[in-house]
Amino acid sequence: MKIGVFVCHCGSNIAGTVDTARVAKAAMEFPEVTFASDTMYACSEPGQDAIVEAIREKGLDGVVVASCTPRMHEPTFRRTVERAGLNRYMFEMANIREHVSWIGKDMEANTNKAIDLTRIAAEKLRRNQPLHPKQFEINKRVLVVGGGVAGIQAALDCADGDREVVLVEKSSTIGGKMAKLDKTFPTVDCSSCILGPKMVDVAQHPKITLYAMSEVEEIGGYVGNFEVKIRKKPAYVNWDLCTGCGLCMEKCPAKKSTDYFNERLGKTTAINIPFPQAIPKKAVIDPDFCRKFTKGKCDVCAKLCPTKAVDFEQQEEFVTEQVGAIVAATGYDVFDISKYGEYGGGRLPDVITSLQYERLLSASGPTGGHVKRPSDGREPKTVVFVQCVGSRDKSVGRPYCSGFCCMYTAKQAILTKDHIPDSDSYVFYMDIRAPGKMYDEFTRRAMEEYGTQYVRGRVSMIYPKGDKYVVRGADTLLGTQVEMEADLVVLAAGAEAAVGAPQLAEKLRISYDTYGFYMESHPKLRPVETNTAGVYLAGACQGPKDIPASVAQGSAAASKVLAMFAKDKLENDPVISMVDINRCIGCGKCIQVCPFGAVKEVDFRGQPKAEVIETVCQGCGICTATCPQGAIQLSHFTDNQILAEVNALCQP
Amino acid sequence: MRNFAYYPGCSGLGTSMEYDKSTRAVCKALGINLMDIDDWSCCGSTPAHTVDHLLSSALSGRNLALAEEMEAEAMITPCPSCLSNLKGTVHRLSDRGFRHKVNNLLEMPVQRTMPVKSVLQILDEEVGSRELADRLPEKPLHGLKVATYYGCIMNRPPEVMQFDDHEHPMAMDRLMQALGAQVLPFPLKVECCGASFGIPRKDVVANLSGRLLDTAQALGAHAMVTACPLCQMNLDLRQGQAASVMGKEFNIPVFYYTQLIGVALGLPQKELGLSKLCVRPSIAFDAMRSNREQEPASKSAGKKKPKTKENS
Repeated sequence: MKIGVFVCHCGSNIAGTVDTARVAKAAMEFPEVTFASDTMYACSEPGQDAIVEAIREKGLDGVVVASCTPRMHEPTFRRTVERAGLNRYMFEMANIREHVSWIGKDMEANTNKAIDLTRIAAEKLRRNQPLHPKQFEINKRVLVVGGGVAGIQAALDCADGDREVVLVEKSSTIGGKMAKLDKTFPTVDCSSCILGPKMVDVAQHPKITLYAMSEVEEIGGYVGNFEVKIRKKPAYVNWDLCTGCGLCMEKCPAKKSTDYFNERLGKTTAINIPFPQAIPKKAVIDPDFCRKFTKGKCDVCAKLCPTKAVDFEQQEEFVTEQVGAIVAATGYDVFDISKYGEYGGGRLPDVITSLQYERLLSASGPTGGHVKRPSDGREPKTVVFVQCVGSRDKSVGRPYCSGFCCMYTAKQAILTKDHIPDSDSYVFYMDIRAPGKMYDEFTRRAMEEYGTQYVRGRVSMIYPKGDKYVVRGADTLLGTQVEMEADLVVLAAGAEAAVGAPQLAEKLRISYDTYGFYMESHPKLRPVETNTAGVYLAGACQGPKDIPASVAQGSAAASKVLAMFAKDKLENDPVISMVDINRCIGCGKCIQVCPFGAVKEVDFRGQPKAEVIETVCQGCGICTATCPQGAIQLSHFTDNQILAEVNALCQP
Repeated sequence: MRNFAYYPGCSGLGTSMEYDKSTRAVCKALGINLMDIDDWSCCGSTPAHTVDHLLSSALSGRNLALAEEMEAEAMITPCPSCLSNLKGTVHRLSDRGFRHKVNNLLEMPVQRTMPVKSVLQILDEEVGSRELADRLPEKPLHGLKVATYYGCIMNRPPEVMQFDDHEHPMAMDRLMQALGAQVLPFPLKVECCGASFGIPRKDVVANLSGRLLDTAQALGAHAMVTACPLCQMNLDLRQGQAASVMGKEFNIPVFYYTQLIGVALGLPQKELGLSKLCVRPSIAFDAMRSNREQEPASKSAGKKKPKTKENS
């Protein structure tokens, strides 16, 4: 074998504290190294050309580049050696920048360490084998989980790209949080008017199959070939027959059912269609309140229904769908304000969340769009908004900024003045975070045109006094305590990961952060991809996002899916585990530990053996470390290769 | 009989003698054995811990070490300030280096083996409002409207005190309800009364305590109930000062919760120190009686007493 070694200066990044020429000279002494040189920028065009030229002229079989981290340029140099006619796996990288030059100043010690790392790479390369990816067919259907605005956008874009879409939504209608909003910032246009048509498009698109009242139960398979089991929860109404006429709602006697769509403000009927623009516009029975379920009698809706759609016997159903890609768009939930005991959220009737206030502002809300206090129905004249409730507060475990609260609070202050011209609004804030097109202008409008009083400081407590609420806090700009009497207090509740987000992540085999938000593959360069091939993210499931950002991510995820579906076959990464069938004793430990379900048991002449599903294996190596027989080896990282590296470092 | 090492605190021997007295009387009546810690010393109160944590911890550490020698379930004190020093010391002693420094100052080392609790916590957890209510089927305080006031340090900081809700405590509420009293939704339960500012800045205490009294009065309270010697003094002794600053008139008796339990249990007035209170306690009991008389069906009224949403 003929090995070439290229030691990169990386300008002064490496050469500043490593004697690169000495490293190259020392490399010439390594076994089977026939060429070594140092180069200014190995990754630049002339740097790559020099590698190609050396391979061709010196007849090299493998190349070591001693430069930066493989996360940065391993793909670059693999392409380079491939260009020169070598297999891309006949290449090794020694990281002498992040691991050497950037962390030490001693030229002598650095140079010696760089030589050691380069020797390790060369010793491994001597044992490398050419590897070849395999190709496999893919299913060009996509599953979108979550029917909020991000999921709707992803579904519509994929469907417009002529791909079949399966959209799963856990509640009885799509629309998500956006459907609950009255207006949107900074344009103050009607939320349901701009979302409604998109929801109708979903319902009417021939390429979209919508499963509302459904949840993802199980996901098997791998990129290009997922098998998804979907649980359809009982609505106790046969949706094939229901026309959404709403007659049942008029006569239902259980009129005190919890109104989830209106954020528990007001009551609704046990059988209901959550809002006029619901998609699908079908009735659902809430068994917690329906008299048929709670008392055993009452058939009012069943008798009234002109299509006889009511079905109290309905059971949950399971359907299985085959898809090639998955978009997670499960959104967020609103922070539980009762965690702030000092604010009385959940105890004091007129201390409400911002999302509840949206419902009070909305014409389809429980008050018909007239702002009224939940306690006594009176119109509030003084409304105090408290920002950062469940945001930027370590004491409640929410140190992050929810991002959109500053903007919706400004919007709600403006709308309050529109609804009640003789009202006064106050906003307690920490900082006003309004980075976005026309965003800062919008918050200024709230202050300058609508007379909203912004008070910089935190609120320390809210307590009732007569029929008003005393809001006490600090005004840090004046350096004083302030106290004001409010008729209504709106807490700008922050965003947190949706209930059940971690559980779904486990099914999708994607990672999530400590708060339950899904992790993207790279925070800057791969924002809608996950580390699991074929699974993409859109919207607030990845972190709090406003509508424009969610929509953009919905489209971005769709474009990733469509790009993948533009190919008929996919290639797998050949760095995967392989079972030596002679050594395997069929103990099954590898099957238990594999986080990807990539190892299965097969029968080999009457004996159980492990077999790796090549397209599913991600090459993590857990099975290799677990196997008591050493029967599973990870290609490109075999025991022999790793031991060779260790021996190279620990020379006698 | 359950045994507890009892630490009355300095104010228990002076300004809050009636708190100490009534605590002893009530505990005796409820089968809680208080064993005095022999040769206990002052915890250093606010001055020590504001100046030097080591000094403060050594002062409390000495008392803890003495209590650890006793055969007791826990060391208990009625005073929230002593409690906060004791608990704060136990908390700080979890640091090995700090414990070493403290023990260097002490004749007898602290082991951190003895739990520290308030008398309120013991009454709430070991006796409990249900048992208390069962003992008092006649609901002796029925008709009495009270505002329970816990003060700022009884439950805070929560990670150190580890008892009750730090923003919305309920232990005294439960006990008062068990006696038959009507507990008002007093929103300033954990607000500051001004504490020891009564000496350098009388106006601060007059304002802060004035607000507490004003809020209680506006709710229609016959009495305020406290668990802290300093709170009690500010609200009771300085009620006149607060009234003149607020431009209002107050006549609200301010009890220790142990005194009201004692009254309900029918203990002799002498043992409860009611005569030590500045605002005459009879004002509250008169209001209670006239409130009872106004109710039509007096027998069943006890059960139907209006419960506010706040306290349910």
